Amino acid sequence: MTVFIIRRLMQSALVLIIMSLLVFFGVFAIGDPVEIFVAADADQAERERAIKALGLDRPIWAQYGYFVVNALAGDLGRSFVFNIPSIELILQRMPATLELASCAVMLSVVIGIPLGMFAGYRPESRISKTIMATSIAGFSLPTFWVGLMLILVFAVELGWLPSTGRGQLGEFLGIRSSLFTLDGLAHLALPALNLALFNISLVIRLTRAGMRENMPMDYVKFARAKGLSQKRVVFVHVMKNIMIPVVTVIGLEIGQVIAFAVVTETIFAWPGMGKLIIDSINNLDRPVIVAYLLITVIMFIVINLVVDILYSVLDPRVRLADAGKS
Amino acid sequence: MTAATLSVENLETHFFTKAGVLKAVNDVSFEVRQGKILGLVGESGSGKSVTGFSIMGLVDPPGRIVGGRVRFKGQDIVGMPEDQIRKLRGNRIAMIFQDPMMTLNPVLKVETQMIEAVQAHDSVDRKTAWTRARDALGQVGIPSPEERLAAYPHQFSGGMRQRVAIAIALLNKPDLIVADEPTTALDVTIQGQILYEVQKLARETRTALIWITHDLSVVASLADEICVMYAGRIVERGSVDEVLDRPAHPYTAGLIGSVPSRNEKGKPLVQIPGVMPSMLNLPSGCAFRLRCSHADATCCDEPKPRGHLRQVRCCHPLAEIA
Repeated sequence: MTVFIIRRLMQSALVLIIMSLLVFFGVFAIGDPVEIFVAADADQAERERAIKALGLDRPIWAQYGYFVVNALAGDLGRSFVFNIPSIELILQRMPATLELASCAVMLSVVIGIPLGMFAGYRPESRISKTIMATSIAGFSLPTFWVGLMLILVFAVELGWLPSTGRGQLGEFLGIRSSLFTLDGLAHLALPALNLALFNISLVIRLTRAGMRENMPMDYVKFARAKGLSQKRVVFVHVMKNIMIPVVTVIGLEIGQVIAFAVVTETIFAWPGMGKLIIDSINNLDRPVIVAYLLITVIMFIVINLVVDILYSVLDPRVRLADAGKS
Repeated sequence: MTAATLSVENLETHFFTKAGVLKAVNDVSFEVRQGKILGLVGESGSGKSVTGFSIMGLVDPPGRIVGGRVRFKGQDIVGMPEDQIRKLRGNRIAMIFQDPMMTLNPVLKVETQMIEAVQAHDSVDRKTAWTRARDALGQVGIPSPEERLAAYPHQFSGGMRQRVAIAIALLNKPDLIVADEPTTALDVTIQGQILYEVQKLARETRTALIWITHDLSVVASLADEICVMYAGRIVERGSVDEVLDRPAHPYTAGLIGSVPSRNEKGKPLVQIPGVMPSMLNLPSGCAFRLRCSHADATCCDEPKPRGHLRQVRCCHPLAEIA
């Protein structure tokens, strides 16, 4: 296991290096931030001063080298726009995104797994067919459109739920979050549902497929032949087998909802990282873009690592294969 | 004469498919007594496994038992409510499946799978259940059962897994075990060992045993009585010696003739011509008539079973039936 983790961490470092190179040179190729920051009527001397202050007067490879040296010391540069360290900027916004993402993933587990299991257990029933038809909609309707519809129905027409912002924040164990006040939860409801919809559908379809694949297996019949109750057969024998692919996908989902909450955050004016990255791209605020992407990559790496470890907890066959290698 | 442990009377299990009604088990009757071994022989698709599942009450839709009785110690299992039949399953009637690679749950430890089988029928604590599981593993010849209990199925070989499955079947000391081709997926050497173990255990514990197989040589060495199935029906039934020495049904004779070791070296192997007809459109009358060299016009009528304990369903039996 230790060997596995070390090998994984080394691969991750390589990914980070490639990633930072791509972003650094990519943003450099797109456009010149100076054009955006410096006022159009500024004179040449002012321009020179601004360029020098941002370190943009040096050749691009030197800028990259400078960035790497600082990054190793934990400094990912200051935002061109806000003039504060980009990490600090991102960390300020991160809790909002994390609470949105964790709610969305939780919804997809709590709603997706039971519905999927039912649909797979009784595939012929009317309810199952309704669940599956709805999941196709959740799967194929674009997030931004669903978001707008949610606002239209629940915020504008019915007026039940607010449609913008995080609402009032509560504090619990030193963490400030919308989760701890009623007003905050009301603000969270629509964006979380919007972000979760695709994932709920994905989990439903995956769970159902696993259920339908596992129910006719010999081990299920054998478990029933032992005289076990149907409840134990389904919730212990079958469920433990289904969970293997489901956990993988949920792991990927966590990464995805964090990194790609962009659309939902924009629509619901949610002050999270997604909104920050969109603004930064518009401003060509390179330090923030690079820092954001690096943090996202690190998050993906950590999540994948956790999923792999969970995997071996769920599936004893993986455990054996791994022990053999290391 | 003691009452039969299991008596199956005119059992009919049909599958209602889109293509039509498939009569997988069609008017099947037999019985097994305490400590006796019944061999249920037939080709793939002859309905022998479905017969086994019908006895367990494990026929899944689109299949359904549409007629007949399955009496276990006098109680009719057909139509019994699910929670009652569940109390018999794995407790009084146990089943062993064909493929030991598939029957154990890959993600649960062997001890979990054994303890739950004990606790499903007996309200004993984990420790007692564990002890019983360990003893059962020892009984079927698994070395160091304490350690093996904590292992997962993939850490066992095929033969060992089948021993585990047999141990699970034995856990609650059932009165009847239905073994559905339990040695088919195993090496010949392992097959021999398993046969020996099962025979010994059945004799010792006086458990009635139904051994479903397509392999006549297995039944020959194991069973007391044989039922030969063809296209959902029992075409011949009798004691092992009688059926194997003096087969009355041309199909049984064909099966015996097809056993490779009985054929002369250098000559082509003897076969039964043709294949088993689709269960969805069986020929009228005797289902075997199209492959039978003795068939004539009379075979177009349904042959009535002749005889009682020694029984054959044929218009032109090869041997006299008392």
